[in-house]
This record gives sequence, structure tokens and C-alpha cells, in this order.
Amino acid sequence: MALNFDENAPVLEIKDLNLSYWTRAGEIPAVIDFSLTVQKGESIGLVGESGCGKSTVAMAIMQYMGGNGSIKSGSIRFKGVELTELPPDELRTLRGSHISMIYQEPFAALNPSLTLGTQLKEVPMTHEGISDTEAHDRAAQVLADVRLPDPARVMAAYPHQISGGQQQRVVIAMALLSNPSLLLLDEPTTALDVTVEAGITKLIADISRKYGTSQIYISHNLGLILEVCDRVFVMYSGEVVEEGTINSLFTWPRHPYTHGLFGCIPLPTADKNAAPLRPIVGQLPLPHERPHGCNFGPRCKFFEDGRCDAKDVPMEPVAGTTSDHRVRCVRWREIDHSQDVAHGDAKDPMEIGDAVLAVEGMQKYYEVHDRSIKALLAGKSVMYVKANEQLNFDARRGETVAIVGESGCGKSTFAKVLMGLETATDGSIRHDGNDICKIPVRARSPQQIGSLQMVFQNPFDTLNPSHTIGTQIGRVIKKFGVETDKTKIRARVMELLDIVKLPRDFYIRRPRQLSGGQKQRIGIARAFAGNPSMVIADEPVSALDVSVAAAVTELLMEIQREHKTTLLFISHDLSVVRYLSDRIVVMYLGQIMERGTTEAIFAPPYHPYTEALLSAVPIADPEVTKREIVLEGNLPSALNPPQGCPFSTRCPRKVGTVCDDERPPVQMASDTHAIACHIPLEELARVEPVIVVPSEEERAHVAHQ
Amino acid sequence: MLIFILKRIGQMLLIMLIVSVMLFLLLEINVESVAVKVLGQYSTQEQRELWLQRNGYYDPIYERYGRWLWGFVTGDLGESVRFKKPINDFMWDRLWNTAVLGFWAMAFIIPLALVLGILSGMREGSWLDRTISVTSIITTSIPEFASAPLLAAIFVFGLGWLPGTSSMIGGFDWKQLVLPVAVLVIYDFGYVARMTRASMAEVMTTHYIRTAVLKGLPYRSVILKHALRNALIAPFTVIMLQIPWLLSGVIVVEFFFAYKGFGALLLEASLNQDILLIEAASMVAVFVVVATQTLSDIGYTYLNPRIRFT
Ligand SMILES: Nc1ncnc2c1ncn2[C@@H]1O[C@H](COP(=O)(O)OP(=O)(O)O)[C@@H](O)[C@H]1O
Ligand code: SF4
Ligand code: SF4
Ligand SMILES: [Mg+2]
Repeated sequence: MALNFDENAPVLEIKDLNLSYWTRAGEIPAVIDFSLTVQKGESIGLVGESGCGKSTVAMAIMQYMGGNGSIKSGSIRFKGVELTELPPDELRTLRGSHISMIYQEPFAALNPSLTLGTQLKEVPMTHEGISDTEAHDRAAQVLADVRLPDPARVMAAYPHQISGGQQQRVVIAMALLSNPSLLLLDEPTTALDVTVEAGITKLIADISRKYGTSQIYISHNLGLILEVCDRVFVMYSGEVVEEGTINSLFTWPRHPYTHGLFGCIPLPTADKNAAPLRPIVGQLPLPHERPHGCNFGPRCKFFEDGRCDAKDVPMEPVAGTTSDHRVRCVRWREIDHSQDVAHGDAKDPMEIGDAVLAVEGMQKYYEVHDRSIKALLAGKSVMYVKANEQLNFDARRGETVAIVGESGCGKSTFAKVLMGLETATDGSIRHDGNDICKIPVRARSPQQIGSLQMVFQNPFDTLNPSHTIGTQIGRVIKKFGVETDKTKIRARVMELLDIVKLPRDFYIRRPRQLSGGQKQRIGIARAFAGNPSMVIADEPVSALDVSVAAAVTELLMEIQREHKTTLLFISHDLSVVRYLSDRIVVMYLGQIMERGTTEAIFAPPYHPYTEALLSAVPIADPEVTKREIVLEGNLPSALNPPQGCPFSTRCPRKVGTVCDDERPPVQMASDTHAIACHIPLEELARVEPVIVVPSEEERAHVAHQ
Repeated sequence: MLIFILKRIGQMLLIMLIVSVMLFLLLEINVESVAVKVLGQYSTQEQRELWLQRNGYYDPIYERYGRWLWGFVTGDLGESVRFKKPINDFMWDRLWNTAVLGFWAMAFIIPLALVLGILSGMREGSWLDRTISVTSIITTSIPEFASAPLLAAIFVFGLGWLPGTSSMIGGFDWKQLVLPVAVLVIYDFGYVARMTRASMAEVMTTHYIRTAVLKGLPYRSVILKHALRNALIAPFTVIMLQIPWLLSGVIVVEFFFAYKGFGALLLEASLNQDILLIEAASMVAVFVVVATQTLSDIGYTYLNPRIRFT
């Protein structure tokens, strides 16, 4: 069509872009003064917490702002063509062929009632007018490129029939079908497991290298940005506050906000006692409540009256760096971040007491019924999902034990059995002296329930929207029999609000008036209402933004420290787990693969699965080196797990048929470190560490200053 | 799939059995009143007892129920007191007449409602959407007993184009069908259209529609290929629910236009306390309800691949 591209112009050039949404409350300036240039083959990272305007930028590039969004001013040029003035039909030829997009939730992005083949084929059929059979071949080819096994089967399938990782590969294939010059990726791996994320990240990097595709990669995960991007833009409350090359920005962050972000993420150098996380105080301002002058002002500890709040702060180039490093802070020249430690005050390690929980041979099978005629004839209508198989471990007073593994490995089932929401099929769980694994929650005494509480991933689901916070916590206190007197209950609720550091007037608020982090604090207050001896936290911070997550994590540990509570921390995020747990249990397909102290888990000998998990963790430190191990394939169905070692279908170190046929023996590397694998310990011990952290002296920025 | 269907049929039979028990108990537990209803207010006590004796009403209730049920299963529905004829002789004709009326009503309601619903849900908030929404709210809120006389006044008495009654004494006449069908269509299409609109509007905000647009597909194919099928899942169930509704919803129309249909029969039976006829007609109605429900569930699994059986 009439699109005249200038192949010498940058792939994308955004200048002084201002984007607004219009709501009943008035105009919401979502993005302010945004400028960005993407050269051919370049990968640009866009980081920031949710609501800072990342997706809005992507949608503006696509010229798809929804019913209430609009581009107020500024220009977006794609290879010299001004997109903001493009007529609809030319826009259509551009979308999906020159610029394509990959989304955060692959399942929602795919049409549930069309086969994947149909959805793939229509891209080249629309843009290039090729025939159905040609399109079919092309689609199959690209599916093979994104390393999906059996493209023919995938093409005939509907979205719900394949796994989340496979869905994302299909979405990527769809974006690549017409060989675009620019890929927009909006949190493409946020909804996926770490090992799947690692595979997809590598795939995207390989592809853009191969085809010279430029990328804008949106994420809130600094570690991921470090792995995939050349340059990074840090956004805060609608503005870019700092930009630069990965090396320059990650090694010498200049803006107090960027610096604060690094203090919030559990880097391998963080330690819950010696170098705890340092959350950023305060909250992101709402777009219409932004302060005068610097948006970060109210949360910045370098804030200076009269300077920071005088007028809008411009972006300034950072002199003395070869890279194009720019920052939006009036005081960047004066602030010496090297004098400012990136972590909080050191604390004494906790005393570990007697065993509070002892799990022995715990087993949980779910019965499922297959009513198809075939299964009935074969006499296989009842099958078992082995959600937990032979779990053995214990937890002591004041200790934090983490259970890690990918989704579907049985972590949550175990939590449910502990809470009495399910009963175990076999084995025993002793808590405070009683075997609780077969006592459903109905049959437990209020004290028993109160002494074993849980903090959930989605606090919203567990709060009743129509009651005030005060009555909800109060009811729990009464239920556990902690207090019965009305005034005492009220006093206790106030005390709990103090403990979780929320203002006392939250007593009369309702859940919908709370932010995600505040809701999670209420979740914690409720869990601690009955003075529990043990708290199970199921992914308590994985739905929260980095700075909020850091604050909630620190809070949880502070309360734990004070009350000497045992914490069972369930997570798939090894960085957080490494940071806060004393001991780790690694699970795969319902079985324990490895367990031991945190140091033992993070150093050889490794179980091959642990090794892969460690390699998959993105680390936001350019000086940390990692060994790359990418797992292929999917988690097998729990209905039909491998005969021998559960990991045998994906294990990169598989020794042979013995892994397929025989259960691996549990080998003790020390009295507390157990590994279930056929490979002898000596051989497992011979590998290099997966993550290598340089010592302080080796670090470049120390040498520089 | 086969097992699913068999299961649903089993469920259907069970529901009908339960309803039949309830119906039977409700209408026939009080033997005395049965006799009154059959023999009339002015019969003597002896006459009633004699009648009850002769018709086996003093047998235990389960025996009577068994006999009635067996009669029902073998197709012997008994005799109507009101019409003095075996029920089989006229009920099915009545049902057929209503089916004809219902068919034509649906033949207009479905396409009209779907097209308007889709058009209005496609661009939520546009003037077209507002016009359609307001129209359908107004038409749905006019009751049949108001629109029927109104239409009759215009087309029968005013313009003289159409006949005012639809008893079809001289055989089938499509002209007599026009007004009853029109009343039903006016009353019902707005409801289905609004359901369709809601469903379409929801689909238009989903991420997969955004994907389709950002793939650069023409608007036509975004709507026809990506939106339509998903948007039709919800209205499909609503439409299937309109079929049993028609069975009783036609009462006013049939009565007003003297159309010899099932609804009018039901009305007559209950006004005259014609017990056996009420029982038979109710069982037919229940059958229609459960049968359409089953069909609707099966159709749903076909429209929605997520719950399709393997
Ligand atoms: N459709 C919308 N209507 C009104 N406000 C919106 C809309 N979409 C996003 N916003 C607001 O715009 C700001 C930026 O949002 P977004 O671009 O989604 O951020 P991010 O992708 O960084 O999480 C937020 O304050 C958000 O509440
Ligand atoms: S301008 Fe002032 S308030 Fe803003 S980041 Fe810099 S020092 Fe902090
Ligand atoms: S037992 Fe075999 S398959 Fe399992 S982890 Fe060890 S080497 Fe891999
Ligand atoms: Mg976003």
C-alpha cells in the first residue's frame, strides 16, 4: 500500500508523547513527555511498577487506546512514517505485519472457540493474500521455529488444550509469522513458571538475533530486563525517570527511585539478617494526585525543599559516561549512592527451637473419574492424581522452611492438607504433638485452627467485600477463642493493625478501598490473630509489585521474629526463597527431589532439577554470572507420571533407562541434605556452581570509585 | 458424549417422574374434591361415592398413581370431563397449533433479535446501540394484553387488512396467523436482543478481540470470525429457554385471538377443573421444558469447545 518507509530512519522514534485516559473523574494523564528511539535490532526494556504507564505506551504505538484513551500530543514515527496520522486501512496493513505484539496472558489473548491453526493462518492470509494451504505450511514452519513439538497437533487444537507455556509460544509464533520489524512484548512471561519463562526468554532472544527484529520489552522484573535488553527505561508514575544502557544503569543507577528498586529485590547478595531488603517508603501517587515538581518527591529521602518541588524536573544527560545515560533528578550530581548502602539495618539471626511440624510419609491422592466409554471398557474409569507422594521433612520453632517448585508440583495440595481443607491418603503430620493429617478442618478445635494459619496469594479472594476490616478480623479473633469480650476484641484488632503497620482507622474501611499491599497486610493480620505457632504463606508476595513485595516480605519476617513463629513459605521464586528461608524443600510432580539448608541447596551437589531451577532465576546484577540450563518439554501429567524418576522426561543429565524404570534412591549429602537421584553424590558434587556472585573487591563499581 | 446424552435422558425421566408424583398428589389426594370436580357442585353425596367407588378411587393412593402413570406411559390419557372426549383425540392437535404459532414467532424473533443485539453490542454506546436498546426496552415492557388490542384496532378495525379472530374454522389461513405472531414477536424479541447485546459487548472487550484487531484483520472479519461465535453462546441458552416460555406465554394471545392452541386449552382445563386434562397437559409442558433444556445443554457443548467432550 501507500506506506513509504524510510529504511534509514530509526525503527521507532517517539517524541514528547503525552497520553491520557478520560474517565468520569476527569482526565488521567497516564504518560507524560515520553521520548524513545529504537534502532534496528535493538532491544529496549521498559520497567516500572504496575500503573506507571508501560502498557499505555505499547498500546499507543499500536494506535489502540480503547474507547477512553487518547494521544494528546507528540509523535510516533515508525521508519519515518507518522503513526498518529495514519488512516485506518494503512494502520491495518501495519499492525500484525510490521509491528506485532505479544501479551501478558496468552490464554486470554487467544480466541477460545477457534483452532490455533485458524488463528495463525489468518495472519499471512490477510497481509500477504496467500492461499490457505500455503498459510498452513508457513504456520507449521513457524511453530517448529518456536520449538513447539508436533505442530500439526497444535494447529488442530483449541487454546485450552495446550499448556500456558505452549500458548505463549503460539502467541509468539503468531507475532512472528509476518516477520515484523518491531515486536512489542508486554510482560510476556509474567504468567509463566520460571523454567518456562527461561525457555521463552531465550527463544525471544534467539529469534530477534536471527531476524534482526527490534523489541520493546515491558516487564517489572529487572533481572529479566538485564537478560534480554540492550537499553532500559525506568518509568515512575507516567514518566521516564532514568534511561541508559543495561551496563551503565544496572551498575551505576543514578535516580533515587532506580536505586530504591534495587534495594527491594532479593539479589544474591541480600541476606535476611546481615543485609535485609530496604523497601521504598510510601506509595505510588495516583495520576491525578501527583505532587508538584518531582513525582518521586514524597518518597525520596534526598528530597530538598524548594528545589525538588519547584517545577517539573527535566531529563538530563549524565556526563562522564560513554553510554547515553539520562536521569530525571535535580540532585543527581550531588547524591553519592556508594555512600548509601542498598540494604536495611542488620539484625541478629533467630534462634531455632524444637520441632513444630514433622511430616512423615505424607501422601495425598485425588481420585478422578474418566467417564468416556473407552475408559469404562478398559476398566480404567477411576484414576489417581498423585498430588503428594512420600513427603518427609520437619520444621522447627522460629524457622522458615520454603517449599519450591513449578505450578502443579503439589505445593498447594500440601498446604491444603495442613490446613485440613483436604485429608491425607496416608502418612502422618505431627503439629504441636497431634497427628493432624486426617483431621478435616471441621473437626479441629478453634485453638488448633488458630495455631496453624495461612496467608494466601490473592488476599482479595479471602476478604468479604461487604464487611469492614475491623469486623472481619474481630470475627476471626472470636472464632479462635482468643478473646470473647467485645472491647477486648476491638483492642486486639487495633493491636494487630499496629503490628502490620496499618493506620488504626482501617478498622472501618472495606476491602475495596485497599491497595494490593494493604490487603495482603490484612491477610497477615488475620493469620496472626490466633497467635499461631506456624503460618503457611502460599506465594504471599508474588502478585505484588517489587517495592510493595519487599515491604510485605520484611513485615512478615519482622512479625515472625517477634512471635517466634514457624513460617512455611511456598513459592516458585528462588530469589525470595534464598533470601528468607533457612531450609528449602524442592518438589517436582508431588515428590521431594532435594531438601537441605539454603546454603546446601544453592551449592553443589545439586539435584539436576534444582540446578535447572537455579539457572532459570533472572538476577538483576550484571556482574553475577550464571550457567545456562534450559529445560525442554512440559511438566508431565500428574495422572500419568513417569514410572521411575518423575523428572526423567525433562532431565538434562538423565543417566539412562534406570531413570525411566526405577525410583531414584534418596542420598544423604549431609545429615540435613537429601537428594533423590540415580547419579552418585560424588558426581553430582563435581559440577560448577550455577550462580557465581563476585566478591565486593571484584566488583567494577567499587574499583571505579 | 453418548454417556452424557444417556445421563441427561435419565435425568429427564427422573424429573418428569418427580413432577408427576407432585402433580398427582396435589390434584388427587383429596378424593372428595375429585368427585365434585367431575360430577359438579350439585351432585348428591351418594352419587359422588358411587362414582368414586366405580372409578377405583378408594384404592390405596400408590395403586391409583401406578394405574395413572401406566395409562400415561401406554398413551391412555383418559377422558376429558369438559370436552367429553378422550384427551388423545384433541390435545395433540392443540399442541401442533401452538407449535405452528411458536415456530413462526421464533422464525422472526431469532434473526431479528440476534441481528439487532449484535449490531448494538458491536459498538457499545453508539447512537445505533442506544436506539436499539431503547426500542427493545419499550417493546418488551408493553404487555401482550395491551399490544394485542392495539394491533387489532389498527389492522382489523382501522385498516381492515387482517381478520380479528384466528380460530381457523375454515382450515389453515396464514392471514389469521399474522397478528398472534406479531404480538409474540413484539413482546419477546427485545429481551433476546438485549441478552445478545450484553454478550456481544462483553466479547468486544476481551483480549482476544484486541489480538484480532492488532493482527491487522479487517473489521468485518474481527466481527464475523472472532466475535460472533463467542457472542452467540449466551443468547443460545436464552433462546432455548424461550421455547418452554412460549407454551404458556401464548395463553393471552391464543385467548385474545381465539386461536385453538395449547395455551388456550390449558386455560380452559384449569378454569373447568378438568383434572385429567390438567395432568396430561402439565406433563406435556414439563416434557417440553426438560427436553429443550437437554437440547440446549448438548448444543452448548458444541458451541463452546472448552467443555466439549473428548
Ligand atoms: N482504560 C483506562 N481508563 C482509565 N485509566 C486507565 C486505563 N488504562 C490504564 N489507566 C491508567 O493509566 C495509568 C497507566 O496504566 P498502564 O499503562 O496500564 O500501566 P502499566 O502497564 O505500567 O502497569 C494507570 O494509572 C492506570 O490506572
Ligand atoms: S528530584 Fe529530588 S525528590 Fe526527585 S528524585 Fe531527585 S532528589 Fe529525589
Ligand atoms: S534420577 Fe535420573 S532422571 Fe532423575 S534427576 Fe537423577 S539423573 Fe535425572
Ligand atoms: Mg501493564
